[in-house]
Amino acid sequence: MNAAHPHALHASPAGWPGDIFSALKTARVRQVAYVPDGGHAELIRAIHADPAMIGIPLTTEEEGVALVSGAWLGGDRACLLMQSSGVGNCINMLSLVRNMGGPFLTFVTMRGEWGEFNPWQVPMGTGTPDAFRLMGVHVLRADRPEEVGPATAAGIRMAYEGGSAVAVLLAQQLIGAKVFVK
Amino acid sequence: MSTAVNRLDRRAVVARLLKDRGEAIVVTGLGSPTYDVAACGDHDRNVYLWGAMGGCAVMALGIALARPETPVIAVTGDGEMLMGVGSFATIAMQAPKNLTVVILDNGLYGETGGQASHTVVADLAGMARASGIADARAIDAMGDVEGLATRATALGNGPCVAVVRIGQAELERVLPTRDGHAVRARVRQSLGLSID
Repeated sequence: MNAAHPHALHASPAGWPGDIFSALKTARVRQVAYVPDGGHAELIRAIHADPAMIGIPLTTEEEGVALVSGAWLGGDRACLLMQSSGVGNCINMLSLVRNMGGPFLTFVTMRGEWGEFNPWQVPMGTGTPDAFRLMGVHVLRADRPEEVGPATAAGIRMAYEGGSAVAVLLAQQLIGAKVFVK
Repeated sequence: MSTAVNRLDRRAVVARLLKDRGEAIVVTGLGSPTYDVAACGDHDRNVYLWGAMGGCAVMALGIALARPETPVIAVTGDGEMLMGVGSFATIAMQAPKNLTVVILDNGLYGETGGQASHTVVADLAGMARASGIADARAIDAMGDVEGLATRATALGNGPCVAVVRIGQAELERVLPTRDGHAVRARVRQSLGLSID
């Protein structure tokens, strides 16, 4: 928690965001970096409200790749929250993860893959899994609410116990396509 | 700015900065700052970056938040910092007391043929200050490097950004290990952590 977020609510989120939050808590993840996304809003609120966690807003997603690597060098478990459009921003910075090793875990809310109104989201919606694979990041995916907990547990285990780089993709069906009203 | 006279010698600046580094962890931005830090002698707590351009300061932030009692110093160049300039605001939001970002500003991209960098017109210290970092300094004299070294190796009231105007001479390269896995293991071991 930090002074920039004085109005954060002290409530654990329900549903699948709650599953991610409680798994991160149990795994003692301390630094959570993010570029905001509507699909992550509840989780971000819960992180800022938790005194054992530090919520770290970023100006661009690749900052989070470097920050997560640094956090782990210093002894903290960390992860990155973003939406699929941010994944492309991370490509070169992932060379840091490849070269230094160590855990890398990110939770990506998918846009532009299911009933998306905004075509500007579609290129990275289509390309996100391949972008991660190009840079050697293992991809897990949850399409339904009940799949989020197991995918999160698998990602946490592979990253923090196995030292792997892992992305958990959270399908757009979980969040719903944003409705634009004219 | 490139018009400054009596620009400082980069190796002398970094040597003074790290002379009494104590427990400090040092992260180096790719290119000449990596060589400058290596020229001071190898160290268990040096994190040498050979890539990840734009990530030096914000990687140092991750370390600083994890080790709030340990001074963390990012030593980077003007070009590398410009690529991650938004991280000034990210650092300001967290306000770590143990993080100092030292930018060796020669106004050019030395690694790639000496093309002019944007600091010919852009003021990195001003950008840091405008991003919320109150202690943002522009340094032109070795006397001020003394004060910076004292600040960088201790805890302050918040983060510090120092833009040190250095000469444009290309110096002999001192090449530290490029094995990031070895660096990772060594740094973590020096902090009493498991290597993996």
